[in-house]
Amino acid sequence: MEKKKYWRKKIQYLLVLLSLWFTVSILCSIVFVHQLNAFKLGGFPLGFWFAMQGSMIIFVLLIFVYVWLMNRLDNAFRAQNR
Amino acid sequence: MDVQTLTLIFVTASFLLYMAIAYWSKARSIRDFYVAGGGVSPFANGMATAADWMSAATFISLPGIVSFMGYDGAAYLLGGSGGFVLLAMLIAPYLRKFGKYTIPAFIGDRYYSNTARTIAVICAIFISFTYLAGQMRGVGVVFSRFLEMSIDTGVYVGAGIVFLYAVWGGMKGITYTQVAQYCVLIFAFLVPTIFLSILLTNNPIPFLGLGDTVADGSMHFIDRLNGLEKELGFREFTAQRGATLNLVAMALTLMIGTAGMPHVIIRFFTVPKVSDARKSVGYALLFITVLFLCIPAVGAFARTYFLEAINNQPYANVPQWFNMWEGTGLITFNDLNGDGVIQYQAGENNELAIDRDILFLASPEIAKLPAWVIALVAAGGLAAALSTAAGLLLVISTAISHDLLKKQFVPHISDKQELLAARICSALAVGVGIYFGIHPPGFVMETIALAFGIAASALFPAIFMGIFSKKMNKEGAIAGMLAGLIFSVSYIVYFRFMGGDPDDYLFGISAQGVGLPGMILSFVVTLVVSRFYEAPPAGIQEMVEDMRYPENI
Repeated sequence: MEKKKYWRKKIQYLLVLLSLWFTVSILCSIVFVHQLNAFKLGGFPLGFWFAMQGSMIIFVLLIFVYVWLMNRLDNAFRAQNR
Repeated sequence: MDVQTLTLIFVTASFLLYMAIAYWSKARSIRDFYVAGGGVSPFANGMATAADWMSAATFISLPGIVSFMGYDGAAYLLGGSGGFVLLAMLIAPYLRKFGKYTIPAFIGDRYYSNTARTIAVICAIFISFTYLAGQMRGVGVVFSRFLEMSIDTGVYVGAGIVFLYAVWGGMKGITYTQVAQYCVLIFAFLVPTIFLSILLTNNPIPFLGLGDTVADGSMHFIDRLNGLEKELGFREFTAQRGATLNLVAMALTLMIGTAGMPHVIIRFFTVPKVSDARKSVGYALLFITVLFLCIPAVGAFARTYFLEAINNQPYANVPQWFNMWEGTGLITFNDLNGDGVIQYQAGENNELAIDRDILFLASPEIAKLPAWVIALVAAGGLAAALSTAAGLLLVISTAISHDLLKKQFVPHISDKQELLAARICSALAVGVGIYFGIHPPGFVMETIALAFGIAASALFPAIFMGIFSKKMNKEGAIAGMLAGLIFSVSYIVYFRFMGGDPDDYLFGISAQGVGLPGMILSFVVTLVVSRFYEAPPAGIQEMVEDMRYPENI
């Protein structure tokens, strides 16, 4: 794999994962919280749940997805440059 | 056994444990002192980072903030956790690959400039001392409340313990004591929270309990709390109170500030590989989330208890803990209408003032839990304060010994002399910490806003551009750091200390959200100024290139 291609791929991962990060933490939890509160998740209004719990759980998942993607990409990169 | 004896036993036992670990993990080389020899496993480093990050304010104040602010308190929870996503993806792995010991070292080397290095040293030291004052104060408060010692004695004892393992052990001692401190503090936080959850919702898992029905199953717990708040004229717990843009700015300032906090970033220099740095950020956030998920739960549970059990009770019948906290001045009852009954409600007829910092510390007593739970909470509060204090001390001492002495003033000193210098700086920093603990600045919240504002607006843009832009030159970075620094400091000083009118807030953004506009300004200045100067030398550009690819190719 070329260095350029590796870097481009990494930036793509970043853009996708960071837009999810922004969506849950800023959009779902703060900006559109009223609209989402019309829905319920168990006893929680949905927007409130995103702000208090949902975002944090998704943050953890996003990091581990990134770890997995990057390890795969690094291995492919190493295999072709050895 | 009474609470005080039990507390003394728990606290002493935890201190002995930290000292044993300090003895076992003494730093033998400068590499041990700065980055724990670079051989910490990602899992252990995740725990250490979680303890490093969760401070006295997290443990003691955050449940109270959420309890009294309701939904709006989420800005602090989002802010305290979301920054780790940025750390994992934008900062930690690259700086690990770069392989230096400190943040000023990265900025100084990347921007081939001792001016940039010195600005970074000033930011790092300022941020760390600000934070250290709060930790020392937290230690003092726990000692005075639970062991009935004076706050001063508490500060000396706490500082003595930190001195032992931070000065002896450096990063190595700090790392392994932080692992132990994480275990103590998470256990101490979960036990009372779980008890409260069972008491109010019959659900042993606090964050599920918050969404569950009340103990008799008649309605959802949250609906009941919202009903209570409304009845007394407060806003509903789940309702938004502040302006949306201000909440966004606060959350983003805290998140970006987290990603620029020196004491957090340096923790990821201690793992062996770049891939370990990524994984370790994931573990750190996982361990933090375990506690953060319980904060809204314990906040809401304790709030419900206050509204139900204290409001409309005759003052003569209040439980003993109420009087204990009255003694500290953190609860005050002023019987306005002279009927001997406590009226707790919104508006001018309210007769009860509760300091939100007592909420979590008082929760075991509120729920009538056994004495050992109270003792455990005291030990947990101390663990949270001491673990953060140690990480901050290391930032201060290495910034001076490495980035000022070794890199600028006396470059010829040997590793051994540098290690000695680091230990002396660390000891001096403990001394300053003691001073701040005993004579705390009366504006802790403002200074913490300042710390995050500076981290977000001065350090984060410089670090980010240093990684993602090969062509970024020193002129751009220095101008951007200064712009961010000057903007945030003057904004906070103007609105908090010079009586600036909140109506004049820029777009309604309060001092706590200053990092967001500060960061945008810093990025703009950096990009514009860099256009007028030449690109960095080829060697620097190669160095940046090298940070982006995995090792061993």
